[in-house]
Formats: sequence, structure tokens, C-alpha cells
Amino acid sequence: MAAIVSASTLFHPALSHAFTLEQLMQALAQRGPESAHFVEKKYLAVLDNKAVESSGELRYVPPDRMEKRTLKPRPESMVLAGNQIFVERGTQKLTLRLRDYPDIAPFVESIRGTLSGDRKALERVYRLELFGDAERWTMVMLPSDEKLAAIVQRIDVTGARDAVRSISILQGDGDRSVMTIERMSLGAGTAPATSKGSPR
Amino acid sequence: MTSRLGRAPGAIGVWLAGLVICAIVIARTEFTADMSAFLPRAPTAEQKVLVDQLRDGALSRLVLIGIEGADPETRAALSRTLGSSMRASNAFVGVHNGDDAETRGDRAYFFANRYLLSDAVTSERFSVTGLRAAIQESIDLLSSPAGMMLKNILPRDPTGETVRLLDQLAGATPPSQLNGVWASRDGNRALLLAQTRASGSDIDAQQAALDLIADRFGEARASIAAPSVTPTPATNPASASSARLIVSGNGAFAVASRATIQHEVLRLSLLSAAIVIALLLIIYRSTLALGLGLLPVVSGAVAAIAAVSAGFGQVHGLTLGFGTTLIGEAVDYSIYLFVQSEGLEVNERGDRQWVQHFWPTVRLGVLASIFGFASLLFSGFPGLAQLGLYSITGLVVAAAVTRFVLPSLLPRGFRIRDISPIGAWIERVILRASKARWGVAIVALLSAAVLFTHRDTLWNRELSALSPVPQADLDRHEQLRTAIGAPDTRYLIVASAIDANAALLESERAASALQPLVDAGVLAGIDAPSRFLPSAETQASRQLALPDRDELKRRLQVATADLPLRAERLEPFLDDVVATKRRAPLGRADLDGTSVAEAIDALLVNQGGRWNAVMPLRPSLTPNGTPATIDAVRVRDALSDAKVDGALFVDVTTETQALYAAYLRQAIGLSLGGFAAITVLLLIALRSVKRTMRVVLPLVAAVLVVVAAIVVAGKQLTVIHLIGMLLIVAIGSNYALFFDQRAAMQTDSASGATRHRMLASLLCANLTTVAGFGLLAFSSVPLLQAIGVTVGPGAILALIFSAVLASPQPQDLPSASAQR
Repeated sequence: MAAIVSASTLFHPALSHAFTLEQLMQALAQRGPESAHFVEKKYLAVLDNKAVESSGELRYVPPDRMEKRTLKPRPESMVLAGNQIFVERGTQKLTLRLRDYPDIAPFVESIRGTLSGDRKALERVYRLELFGDAERWTMVMLPSDEKLAAIVQRIDVTGARDAVRSISILQGDGDRSVMTIERMSLGAGTAPATSKGSPR
Repeated sequence: MTSRLGRAPGAIGVWLAGLVICAIVIARTEFTADMSAFLPRAPTAEQKVLVDQLRDGALSRLVLIGIEGADPETRAALSRTLGSSMRASNAFVGVHNGDDAETRGDRAYFFANRYLLSDAVTSERFSVTGLRAAIQESIDLLSSPAGMMLKNILPRDPTGETVRLLDQLAGATPPSQLNGVWASRDGNRALLLAQTRASGSDIDAQQAALDLIADRFGEARASIAAPSVTPTPATNPASASSARLIVSGNGAFAVASRATIQHEVLRLSLLSAAIVIALLLIIYRSTLALGLGLLPVVSGAVAAIAAVSAGFGQVHGLTLGFGTTLIGEAVDYSIYLFVQSEGLEVNERGDRQWVQHFWPTVRLGVLASIFGFASLLFSGFPGLAQLGLYSITGLVVAAAVTRFVLPSLLPRGFRIRDISPIGAWIERVILRASKARWGVAIVALLSAAVLFTHRDTLWNRELSALSPVPQADLDRHEQLRTAIGAPDTRYLIVASAIDANAALLESERAASALQPLVDAGVLAGIDAPSRFLPSAETQASRQLALPDRDELKRRLQVATADLPLRAERLEPFLDDVVATKRRAPLGRADLDGTSVAEAIDALLVNQGGRWNAVMPLRPSLTPNGTPATIDAVRVRDALSDAKVDGALFVDVTTETQALYAAYLRQAIGLSLGGFAAITVLLLIALRSVKRTMRVVLPLVAAVLVVVAAIVVAGKQLTVIHLIGMLLIVAIGSNYALFFDQRAAMQTDSASGATRHRMLASLLCANLTTVAGFGLLAFSSVPLLQAIGVTVGPGAILALIFSAVLASPQPQDLPSASAQR
């Protein structure tokens, strides 16, 4: 019920006590670099929806650098910087361009857009809905065009204040993944003055 | 004024007939500006492969294209339009600009033929344990971001061969992209890479291809800029007009070099001809004398071109450029004849007098020149050999025409202005100059000392020192090449065999012998043609490694027992494996429609009846991002340890440098030999050590001083400077011989006026020579420029030094009044 109330306050910005998308985005955008642990579970039809689990570390450096270092089941690192993706797996090092992978790009962009509080970027491709309050919020992203809906049906991001706690993605083909994120104390809340993550 | 044609019908007949024949030969001559003529002729099979690659290889057919200016969207639109119109033309076998359409065919090829192309396909991998490990790995991969793409093909490719293949191919850094097409990293240029159908050494075809690119670009730009076409929202018509095209590549270099050389040769020939003609007019004050005086030069040049054409099948543009300089030297002979025979009886006896007095000296000078230039004939550079033949023929014919034809053409009463007063003035100067002897000696010794202290850095051993391509163009080329990720052509493995498949097989053996070096990080990768088209044997062995349907099904059941992937989902995999097992091996035709086809045609080439599989080796990068040097010894050891006999490792840079250094040494040796031969010739002809020294020493001094000056100016010497030195000796020997003769004449009965005319003729000859060669010093073509800076000053010094060193000792001086 609280969710519904919050959702309605979204359209009544006059109610100043409500937690708005604008406030969330501002809070997210003002963070500095931070690191976190993650555990990601994927449920894929091809594997009869048995979970495939991976875990490792995430690192985010505003405004557009994101590192995902998977430690299990196999070490792999993926660094997203601007439009380039650097992948390291075993002895292989690859440099990919985000735009070459239209199947991945929306996921990557949705996560990065959330982390950097880039509302404009997110709203270019998703309709955003916010539920809950500042201490416990859920942002739902729904693709705004059908082409994208064929790839991703919906993304749920949950969090508390400026910390993202989980990202659930429901893909177009029904496969889904859930990533839970636990912020590491290191780097949290120590936003340097140089942070470019100002509200847009 | 009746000429005396009747007297020497034989000589004139031979001369005219010769001119006609030469004209016919020249009319059929092919003129080139292929810089590879200045690549050494390759003595070994390995170097032959190298030179062939540089001249004709696919790598020499690459065209790198950049589009600058305008805004990014417009550049992308231009790139797409240019790319598709280039593809539509027949001039290119491949045009790449990152357009999606072009890579789709490639991916389809790799996916469809993954079990023939992947080097992971072995019987172990298709055993129960192998399958289990491969499938487990694919499942692990599903958890990574790449898994998003993988999951769709998992039922067809559970062992992950497609990913493996694409990963291998993506090893090289692909160009960045902007708006859907390749762009430089800074985003300021759209990039295209094309390969011409025509060979890199076919400069006309290269020129046509470049013209086509420029035309199509112009059309693309016009179509975007045209207001009639509804512009896509992305493109900006106004911006399109500011877009610029840059084109680079070996073909572009060759075309530009040829244009520069042609332009320079024409410009310099006209200028030097104008100057020489002006000089001769001033001296002769007679257009008839001028016309007659040019006959030996023109005859010499015509015969020289015809001789080179007959001897080499083609004439290089630089040989012609060099020929302009010969105007300066060959014109000397008629000057000697006209000026020196003036005052001698103008009749049969007068000619005979000149022939008697001076012809032996001219003849000796011509002989000395021939001895000098003969060393070029033996040079391993076809280009230099051409210059040698050109010079020898030109000088011999010019001298012979002067001696045997010209006197018969002189009309009765032919006179030119008496310039003996100039000669008298020169003689007075020389008499005083005798005091400068020691000065010459000191300057020469100082120069020798300079050369000695610079002896280690004297010579530039880089072949590129001869290249007429400006450094700025080379830098831009390198920028484009790195941005596009076009193969670095420095390190190659060339596997050679009697047919294409055998060459592929040998290249596969070489690649597997070198794989440990890749694993160890010594090499970043091997661009083997077998990645796209394995040898028939390798394909057959992979087919053999694939189990049949029932067996594979059984193994999958066991392998997937404790995996989340059920074997039942893998029916498509069974279908694909069975189809692969049954199919005929892949051939070149299977590649049609993919960009891989061009890669194969580039790397698997038929040269002279043998097939070469070329594998560029990618060097690993140093920490600062530049390519590291590949250790040739390790590569060669790896090949020989694996007993790969049919494959050669070629480090193009080191190899060409070594080749060039060897030829430079050879050229220096030959030149010294030529100089020694000249000295011996003089000793025999002059029968006097003293007189020989009087001729040789000024030339040595002139060469030393000029070379020292070049070195002090911070330049390094190339083989071209060496030719310049030969020319100083060849031209200077005439001066020195005349001065020697003059010294000898002091004591005989020849009149002072005759001596003075001889001296005047030397000054005239020197002026025309300096005009001819000196102009080259201002050329933008390094080869011509090097000749100019060497010979121009060298000829003047040779004249001055000869004058000073041959000047009579005070005790032999006849009194000045006695001469008049």
C-alpha cells in the first residue's frame, strides 16, 4: 500500500515530504567512487531455469566508469568506460564497443544510468516509476519502445538512500537475473570534490 | 656557307640511322616511377619473397582512407555512401568501414563452419570428459555478460566454438566506431580500408583507383550537400562541403612520387636547358653554333634513353631526371670543340688540329668517366644500373658525335666569338693561384679529418633515406594504419609450396610451432590464413575427430548428467556436427561474399608459379603502447625446432636494412674500384706518375671537401651521394686533364691564344655543368637533391683545385708578354 501512495506522490510534487525520483537521482548523482560485493543469479530457460550463480566485486567511478570483476565461477573482468568495454577472461583481453552488442547495451546503460543518477539518459529509453521512501525504495524501469521490450521487459532496482541494493532484470525471452549488491565501506560516502555527478 | 657533309658521309649516315633507331625504341618505351627499382635486386629466395611482397603483395594494395572536417554524422554518412559506391565499382576487392552489413556475412561463415575452422576441434574435446569440460565452460560463460548472446546459440554450439573463433579474430584492436562506422579514437575522422584489385606496382591502375575514390567522394559530398535531396536528420548539408578526404597507402605514395618526379624532372630539365642555352648564347653569340653545340647532347640523351629501354625493358623517371644533369656534362664536348678549335684553321686542317691537340684529352676524360660509371652497372639496384648505362651511353655518344659528326656539319667560315681574353684572364688568376697549393692541401686534409671523425655515422643505412615520400605523409599513414588496425607489415612468416593447400599446410605447421611464443607473450598473435581457410588435411582431421550422431548423443547424455543443461536440448548441435562431418572440405569459393575472402587472397598468393602463405606476426605491445621488437632468433629457433623448413621468418625492416647496407657496402667497394681503375687508366695513358697525380689529386680533394661539407651540415651520405662523387670524378677528370695538358703545353710550341681558349672553354663547360647539376639541389625529390648538392659544388671545386694544383711552378713560367 505504501508503494501505491508513493507512486501517487510522484505526480504531486507539491507534497514536499514525499521521496521523489528527482531526489533519488540527485542523491545517486552526488556519490563519489564506490566499491561493492555482488552476487548475481541467472535463471535461464535453456538451463530449465536452474540458477547460474556468479559473484565478485563492483566498482563505480562517476560519471561513466563501471567495473565488474567476477571472481566466481571463473575470474573475469569487465570494465565499461565511456562507450568501450574492456573484457579480460583467462588470457584473453578484448576491447568491445558497447553499440556492437545491442543485446547487452540496454542492461549496461540502465545500470550505469542508475548509478550515476542520469535521469535523462534513463528516460530516453525507459519509463521510470519509483515506489517506497528514501530508506527503502524500488525503481521500476519499463522500456518505452517495443524493440527494446523484446530484449528487456522490466528492470527493478531497489535501494536505501543513495545505495543500490539489488538489480533484477526480466529479459524479453523470459530469462531473468537478480544481482544483490552490498556496499563495501571503503570509498562509500567519500565523494571527492572533482565528482562530475552533479544533477543534470 | 656550304657545309662539308660530303666529307664524312659514313659517320653522318651512321649517326642519322642511329637516331632513327633510338627514336623507334623510345617510342615503344615504358616509363615508370616505381620506387622499387631502388630496392636492391634480391639475391636470395627469402629476399625475393620480401621484395615481391613490398612490390606486389596484398599489403602493398591497401588503401587507407580518412574523412575529416564536417560533423561526425555527416562524416559517417559520407563514409557509408563512399563505401557502397566503392564496393559497387570493380576497382576494389574489399572496402571496409565498419558498416554492419559487411560483418554479417563473416559471422555467418564462422558460425556455419565452426567445426572445420576451430583449432579446438579434436577427438579429446568430443570425448565425454572433453564435452563435459567444454559445456561446463559455456555454462560458466552464461553467467557473464557475454552469456546473453551465447544462450541463444547454446543448443547449437554447446562447446563454445563460435565464441572461441570470434575471440581469436578479435585479437587485433578493431577501430573505434562513431555513428555506425569506423572512426579514429579522437572521433575526428571517419576511416575506411580498401584493397585495390590491381597490383601495387601497377601505378597507372593505382592512380585510376585513387581518382575513383576522389570522384566518388566528391559525388557523395555533393549528394549530401545538395538541397534537393531530403537530408536525413543526422546529416548537415552545410557541413558536408567542409569534409575532406585523405588517402594513404603504398599505391598513393607511388602515385604521388611519380607525379612529383615527373613534375620535377620536367621543371628542372626545362630550367637547366634554358640556363645552358642562355649561357651558350652569351658565349657563342650565334644561334647556329648553339644549335650545332646541342647536337651531341641531344644525340647522347636520345641514345642513352634508348639504351636503357633496350637493356632494362623500361626507363625510370629518375633516370630521366638524372639525364637532365647530363646536359650539363655532355654539352662540354662541343664547347671544347668550338672554343678550342677557334683560331685554328677553319678547314680540314683545323679540325685535324683540334683532333690532334685536344681529342686525346677528351677521349681520355670520356674513358675515365666510363670507368667510373661502369661500377654502377654492377650495382644490385636496378635503378642505379640504369643510371650507369644511361651515363656511359650518353657520354660515349655525345663525345663520338662531337668528334666524328659535328666537325663535318660546321659550315665554312663558322666562327664563334673569340673568348680567348677570358682565358688570358683565367691564366693570370691561375698563376697567382699557384700559391694556394698549400691551402688546397690543408682544406683537403681538414676535410679528411672531418670524415675520419664521423666515420661511424657517415652513411645513412636506411633504405627510407632514398624515399621521395615526405616524412609528414609517412607519419599520417602510420596514424591511419594504427587507427584502422591494418596489419603491421613488419614481421611476416612466409610459407612457400607448390600449391595453395601445401602452402596452407606449411603455414599451419609454422603457426603451431610459434603458438608457444604467443602463449609466452613474445608475440601478440599470428594472422594466419588458416584461421579462415584451414588446409584440406586439417579440415579432414577435424571431421574425423567428430563422432557420428548416435555416439555423440550417447556421450552427451553422460557428459551432461550432472550439468544444468539437458542433453535433449542439444538436438541442433547433433544436426550441425553431422552435417559438418559429411560436407566437402571448405575451399576458396566458400568464402565468396565475406570480407574473409579478401583476407585469404591477401595472405595466400600465387607468385611466380609457387604459392606463398603469408602470416603477419603481431608484436606484443610495450608498456607505452608501441609495438615491441620481435626476437628473430626465438622465432627462427621455434621454426627450426619444429622442423618447419618451408616457412621463412622475414623482419621486413631489418631485412631491407641489411639488404640495403650490403648494397651500400658493395656500391662503395665498386666505386673505389672504379676510382682505382681510373687511376690505372691515367697512369697508362699519361705514362707519368707525376701527371697522374696532377689529375687525380684535385679530384680527390674536391670529393673530400664536398663530402665533408655535407657531413658538417648534419646530413648522412646515401648511395646517391656516392654517385654524385663518381660524377665529380667523371666531370672533374676532364678539367684536370686539360689543365694537365695545359701544363704540358707550356713547354711546347702551342700559341698562348690556343691555351687561353682552352682555359675559357673549361670555364664555360664548368658553368653549364654547375647550371645543370646545381639546379637539382633545389629539387624536392631527395635522390635528385642529393646529386645536386654533391655535384654542383664538386664541379666548381674540381675546376678550381685542378687549376691550382696544375698551375706551373714559377720557374717554368714563360713571360706574360711573350704570349701576346
